[in-house]
Amino acid sequence: MREKILTVIERNSRIDTKELSVILGVEEIDIVNELAALESEGIICGYHTLIDWEKTSIEKVTALIEVRVTPQRGQGFDSIAERIYKYPEVTSVYLISGGFDLLVTLEGKSLKEISGFVSDKLSTLDTVLSTATHFILKKYKDHGTILAKKYEDTREKVTP
Amino acid sequence: MRNPLSDKAVGLKPSGIRKFFDIVNEMDDVISLSVGEPDFDTPWHIRDEGIYSLEKGRTFYTSNAGLKELKEEICNYLKRKQGVEYNPLNEVFVTVGGSEGIDAAMRAMLNPGDEVLIPQPSFVSYEPCAVLAGGVPVIIELKEENEFRLTAQELEQAITDKTKLLVLPFPNNPTGAIMEKKDLEEIAEVIIKNDIYVMSDEIYAELTYKDKHVSIAEIPGMKERAILINGFSKAYAMTGWRLGYACGPKEIIAQMLKIHQFAIMCAPTTSQYAAVEALRNGDEDVAQMREEYNQRRRYLLYAFKEMGIKCFEPFGAFYVFPSIKEFGMTSDEFATRFLQEEKVAAVPGTAFGDCGEGFLRISYAYSLDNLKIAMGRLADFVERLRKEQKG
Repeated sequence: MREKILTVIERNSRIDTKELSVILGVEEIDIVNELAALESEGIICGYHTLIDWEKTSIEKVTALIEVRVTPQRGQGFDSIAERIYKYPEVTSVYLISGGFDLLVTLEGKSLKEISGFVSDKLSTLDTVLSTATHFILKKYKDHGTILAKKYEDTREKVTP
Repeated sequence: MRNPLSDKAVGLKPSGIRKFFDIVNEMDDVISLSVGEPDFDTPWHIRDEGIYSLEKGRTFYTSNAGLKELKEEICNYLKRKQGVEYNPLNEVFVTVGGSEGIDAAMRAMLNPGDEVLIPQPSFVSYEPCAVLAGGVPVIIELKEENEFRLTAQELEQAITDKTKLLVLPFPNNPTGAIMEKKDLEEIAEVIIKNDIYVMSDEIYAELTYKDKHVSIAEIPGMKERAILINGFSKAYAMTGWRLGYACGPKEIIAQMLKIHQFAIMCAPTTSQYAAVEALRNGDEDVAQMREEYNQRRRYLLYAFKEMGIKCFEPFGAFYVFPSIKEFGMTSDEFATRFLQEEKVAAVPGTAFGDCGEGFLRISYAYSLDNLKIAMGRLADFVERLRKEQKG
């Protein structure tokens, strides 16, 4: 049941417990208990909204930054990652295998703001060896949802 | 001028669904619940194989029976899923959708005057195909109180000394009914006793919501009497690829293949390459789609219950078949008014046989959001009808 609940709410976190109980064919009370458990175990970490900011008048710039760092003795990458994720403008930090170490996602109001953050704050950290900043120009698909195109039902309206 | 037409063709009843289609097509903003195909796109890895086959220049005919590797994968699949073993060399061939298999089976098996038992409500093709093949369709009217299953008694009563073939359309379109193992065992006994054959249309085999689908060919003594029709349309959301297959005793398959060879040549090559991928790596996609259909199915049954509309619980395909008898209208009247007043299209049960009177076919090959809007409108409509009845 856990997996089924998670699969459904990953796509639609607004679904209410009654409806979840209907479509999964279980008692509502069991859904409520399971959700509470998933939250307290930290499996459900939040209920966010996927917004296409492009379509609003609000200016937002998103950048992906590849960061190469020197891991620290006894702590590996954890403390440097923490140092970075504490900045509120940082929206995600992942440890990555391959050519660099950390992938940092950053949101800002302008290119200037982001480049300012990279040069003033990120690059100057002791353990940071180098950074490479990539600005996102357009989001086609995000969190499994296609943003670029609206779903259109192209089937014939009536078929046997 | 001489009459250019064949009496047989002219004599075929036009599909009941066609008339409805014409009305719906002229209206704007209709929410349709009338579609008999999945709303999912064909999974990308399957489409990708189709594209790749085109890039590689696989644009020629395949052998009449289909690609060797596809026939082998079909047999592997049936063994894995149904536990039925067929020889890919002479007990299977690839068709243009399940529909071609239905037609070819009838033409390969029927002699003039042979009776074909067709349980209804069911898919629209069986009756005309039987007629075109020179057979005589004999309708068995399935009953709601049996959850639209075929009972041994109903079968027994319909059999005469002219009966040659039984069409077994389960999981069923339009009712969503299934036949479980014990149901199949009971009818198998009658089939064997009366020495008739079965054409089992199992196109919805992957879409069952109780236990795993059981094929009639699994029942002891039935494999040698059964033509199994299946395909890729419903399981893998591949309707437009037009690809299916037929399996059965090699003597029957050989004759079906002969008809196929002259009438069709071979099934579409691109589709065949895509289908190999579907069978090899598609189980997970099927499971996901099945789960989503099941969620919608549960939602619809709940919505009907809330509205007080009578509906037996269907465990297969992607249709529910609620009863509208309480409103004192024919299915046609109900569907037409529902369409005109609420702009929701659901197919009258009568499009699938006279005994569909009093029922509607509602397809849940639609997103939950869509279904919710439609059920909201149905609730309004039903409330209005009940008020009318009182007043």
